[in-house]
Amino acid sequence: MNLVIFLIIPLMTVVLLLLARNAMQVRALAIAGAAVQAVCTVILYFSYRNIMQGQEPGLLYFEQSFPFYPSWNISFHIGVDGISIAMMLLTSWVVLAGVLISRNITDRVKEYHVMLLLLSLGAYGFFMSVDLLIQFFFLELAVIPKYLLIAIWGSGKKTYSANKLALLLMGGSALILVGLLMMYYSIEPHTFNWKEIAGISLPISLQMVCFPLLFLGFGIFSAIFPFHTWVPDGHSSAPTAGSMFLAGISMKLGGFGCLKVASFLFPDAAVTYAPWVVGLSAIAIIYGAFVTLMQKDLKYINAYSSISHCGFVLLGIGMITHGAISGAVLQMISHGLMTALFFAIIGMVYARTHTREIAKMGGLMRTMPFVSTMLFIVGFCSLGLPGLSGFVAEMSVFVGSWERPGLFYRTATVLACMSIVVTAVYILRAVGKVVMGPLPDAYAQTSDAAGYEKFVSVWLLLAILLIGIFPGWLVELIEPAVSFIQLRFQAQ
Amino acid sequence: MPSLLNIILIPLLPLLSFVWLGLSGRRQNHPMAGWLATAFMLVSLLLSIQTAFAYFSGAGMAGDSYRPMLVWDLEWLPFTATAEGLAIHTGILLDPISVMMLIVVTSISCMVHLFSLGYMKGEQRFGMYYAYLGLFTFSMLGLVLSSNIFQMYMFWELVGVSSFLLIGFYYQKPAAVAAAKKAFIVTRFADLGFLLGILVLSYYGGSMDFNQLIQSLTSPESNELQEAQRDSFMGLSALSWGLSLVFIGGASKSALFPLHIWLPDAMEGPTPVSALIHAATMVVAGVYLVARLFPVYALSAPDILQMIGWTGAISALIAALIACTQTDIKRVLAYSTMSQIGFMVLALGVSGYADGNNLGFTASMFHLSTHAVFKALLFLCAGAVIHYVHSNEMDQMGGLRKQMPITHISFLLACLAISGFPFLAGFFSKEEILLAAYTNYKPIFWIAIFTSALTAFYMFRLYFRIFWHKPYHAAHHDDHHGEGTWTMKWPLLILALGTVFAGYIPFSRFVSATGKPFHTSLHIEFSIAPVGLALLGIAAAYYLYGRQSARPEQMQKSLGFLYTSLKSKLFIDELYLFITRNIIFGILGKWAAWIDKHIVDGLMNGLADLIQWIAQKIRRVQSGRVQDYALYFLIAILGLLLCAKWFNQF
Amino acid sequence: MELTPGLYHMLFLSSALFFIGVYGFFTRRNLVTMLMSIELILNSVNLNFIAFNKYLWPGQLDGLFFTLFIIAIAAAEAAVAIAIIINLYRCHKSVDVEEARNLKY
Repeated sequence: MNLVIFLIIPLMTVVLLLLARNAMQVRALAIAGAAVQAVCTVILYFSYRNIMQGQEPGLLYFEQSFPFYPSWNISFHIGVDGISIAMMLLTSWVVLAGVLISRNITDRVKEYHVMLLLLSLGAYGFFMSVDLLIQFFFLELAVIPKYLLIAIWGSGKKTYSANKLALLLMGGSALILVGLLMMYYSIEPHTFNWKEIAGISLPISLQMVCFPLLFLGFGIFSAIFPFHTWVPDGHSSAPTAGSMFLAGISMKLGGFGCLKVASFLFPDAAVTYAPWVVGLSAIAIIYGAFVTLMQKDLKYINAYSSISHCGFVLLGIGMITHGAISGAVLQMISHGLMTALFFAIIGMVYARTHTREIAKMGGLMRTMPFVSTMLFIVGFCSLGLPGLSGFVAEMSVFVGSWERPGLFYRTATVLACMSIVVTAVYILRAVGKVVMGPLPDAYAQTSDAAGYEKFVSVWLLLAILLIGIFPGWLVELIEPAVSFIQLRFQAQ
Repeated sequence: MPSLLNIILIPLLPLLSFVWLGLSGRRQNHPMAGWLATAFMLVSLLLSIQTAFAYFSGAGMAGDSYRPMLVWDLEWLPFTATAEGLAIHTGILLDPISVMMLIVVTSISCMVHLFSLGYMKGEQRFGMYYAYLGLFTFSMLGLVLSSNIFQMYMFWELVGVSSFLLIGFYYQKPAAVAAAKKAFIVTRFADLGFLLGILVLSYYGGSMDFNQLIQSLTSPESNELQEAQRDSFMGLSALSWGLSLVFIGGASKSALFPLHIWLPDAMEGPTPVSALIHAATMVVAGVYLVARLFPVYALSAPDILQMIGWTGAISALIAALIACTQTDIKRVLAYSTMSQIGFMVLALGVSGYADGNNLGFTASMFHLSTHAVFKALLFLCAGAVIHYVHSNEMDQMGGLRKQMPITHISFLLACLAISGFPFLAGFFSKEEILLAAYTNYKPIFWIAIFTSALTAFYMFRLYFRIFWHKPYHAAHHDDHHGEGTWTMKWPLLILALGTVFAGYIPFSRFVSATGKPFHTSLHIEFSIAPVGLALLGIAAAYYLYGRQSARPEQMQKSLGFLYTSLKSKLFIDELYLFITRNIIFGILGKWAAWIDKHIVDGLMNGLADLIQWIAQKIRRVQSGRVQDYALYFLIAILGLLLCAKWFNQF
Repeated sequence: MELTPGLYHMLFLSSALFFIGVYGFFTRRNLVTMLMSIELILNSVNLNFIAFNKYLWPGQLDGLFFTLFIIAIAAAEAAVAIAIIINLYRCHKSVDVEEARNLKY
């Protein structure tokens, strides 16, 4: 499988979109592009499985390298491992859902879809890049469309949110860039190539400086405490598809970077700094959950719960046991699908009730059973119900974390476990109020989900169920990559 | 042995009914939906009877005792790269208690399915109701058959959710929604304990599989056990921590004091649901869990087992006391359930493990089965009564024995059985429990026997208030549907038969802690005291409630504060409300939100403001006047010249 | 006493011219006057070039070339500047720099 195809498809779609003449053509093209992406990622998954059959696992697959700036030893080097493929599957899944749900956008349809597809281009590039500078380029590419999506098509205090998001993420990028350059100039010969750097053992002093820079930089993308404040505002101001992309894809860029760049390349520092990572993420988990308790707006509830859930990703990375890292990856996938679905449902509810205040809603089960049922299911996924993906991920993190002895780590694990109770409280408080109870007269005439909305929900739900009921295939997919990462820590 | 397919079909058929009815959604409100689900359930029941028959008639035998059989085992979610590491397996474990539970769950579920055909007729979401019942039955069967402690946890959560859905079935009633949420959150809170307990036990035991876990944590020479007993935290060994945490999970599912608060409220659900979930099956999951891990409790942590026994005794007593004061008939039954589960737990607590000393274990399981039958019967009768009277309150009832003869007889039989009246089901199991307590631990025995007398009293209070007390006046509606359809009457009759005969099953021949059958005999001389006390309780109930009189009022007055505090359930609800409202929301939530808004967010906004402030100051320089710029230019040139001079570059 | 003008005289003259120009540039409000001040400054520079060329490197023409360039550029600059001034006048009905402050901050 030629990986360049994952860059060409979004790019081609964007070019064709620019040529499109009316909104209908734009939508059709965007959907077609997203669908082709989904098909390609599935093919990629199966060809990866074929290659893996009975082979010793390797670090990277489907590698390709083109010279890009030879004098600085920068090449356009792409390749994937199990984790990247899992993330690309997630991306393509969410992109298709996001494009489909954007039917209700009527303002500047073309530009909107161009932004969505550019974002997906950035995400694919990021997950595939082996050269860290190219990866950085794609990371930035994924930020800018987000800013525009919120600032142009957003709602509420959209300028404020867009600025906040862009500034914080750019701040994170700055940290990453400084870390990367520092690493680049300390290595002889200078290189940004992830694979080459992985082969060298970097001096401890360098690791101790670079790791915090990179981890914090990527951590901001993944809502590390206390740099999470862009999440609630950004998510709640963004249009539905924007929120889905933001939570479903963008936040995963951070987790992926923390795991595969920061922790993988600087294993000694990762071990030394582990208490910090674990401490911050445990705080994020429990603190995010408690803050969610007090929210009144559905989107804010989901955004704050994302902080709590992304805390599990960083917690798993910080715990550096096999189960925990594997759980962190699973949580990225699961959370991506789950929040995407959650935001899609919130969008559907909002389109009908014109409010996101939970206090104003109630009893929607009567007029929109489909939307309500979906809200229930996604709520249950969020609180970790077995059979849905959230359970698999969270339990892997818990079991993996418990294997790390020491009072500090155990306390962090217990705190993280406690969040499942708080999650249950806020999910039931919100979903129970919206779906159950008496129906206000104002919403007596609301209609249930339309066909395309049902398709989006089922599309995402299928993936959630597929992971929740049969986690084996996904665990098998990421297992070699996780083992490689874990081996790096064991060597210390 | 029946084929694997047959056994797998037992839980899968209800699941199929859930998926089918759930997917067809609203369109499936036709009565056929109910019949379909009932048919599925019936097949499941037949299959489990076949399985039980095959298991007990030889397939499960190894030498002179029953052995656990791992019929099916599949790695579901590995946590490590190596094959020996921790992993969640999904499997089917057949052993005496799981087979016994199979029968209990499928038979009661089948009866409830049948009963609901009449009871729920014409409901708006009839199909959905049966879907939920299917989901619940599937989860409960999965829980029962679990071979892996984590698998059990998964189904544990699933039964919690189906219980949530069924309690909140009347989703437009705020009380039902509140009760559903309460049930879910309270049990979820305790499940945290269960989860942590699993983490501790599996970490030390090195496995999540029940058999391996029990093996490594009971044999005295195993490293795992020694390590688990050596490591301690806050003065308690890791093993004790793990086992008590697991028990906390069980205690809340089984509504043991003080985690019982959700059970009375759960009565907001449809009555057949209360019969199935909140009387016969889900609430005994905690008992089942302790029984599952019984060897570990009994052999490695007897102190924890004793604590469990005390928890059971205390909740049995408290629930019985509260039950005497309630006026909502379903709440009386709920407290009675809590009390009877207290009995089962107490029996486990006083039991030993070794052969000859493990009567308590068998008694507990025996009581679990008989209780399931007569308590389901009581609830279904209560359902029939409520169906007839359209109210839950005792004051609206009285003198119903003429209007509802079948219900009356069934209810009477069940009341006698639960009171321990000789030769009915409850008698045998309760005698065994009392005997076990008497031989092993006297203090608990005294509590148990007192509670048993109270049981007779409050059950007959309920009976007399419903069927005697005063003549019945149809309040505001015509007597249009009579006692109910035959689908409602048949389950009552079948269960009434069960109530009479279930006690004659030679239970100890099938179920014992070690798997080795033994023989129990009836000790007539021992039974005199409990039966006498029960009769005394019945007499007292007749004296007070046999017919309308002022005596109960006088009693209430003379008891004063004791009565009011029992009537308001010892203010435990208020305590919980205080904790959640003031501590969780009022302190933790509010503070976290405040910190987020003002400190964390404030920090970011403050940073932005600071930069903006500096920018405001600096931008004054850009005055727009050409001459200012020229001046800066000049100054800069002169400055540069000076610099150059300074560094001596000229 | 016969006074032959030397390099220092020239430099003095050009410095004086330069500072007169600077003074004019900073104190005048009228853009045309300011433009004239700039011309003074430029010419003082020209004078410097010529003087240095004549007295220090008499055999070369570099200074002269520079001067020619500066004159050419000054002409171009004057053309642009006057065009700007005219446009400004059209907008503001004034050529006062104090009033042309739209391009601030």
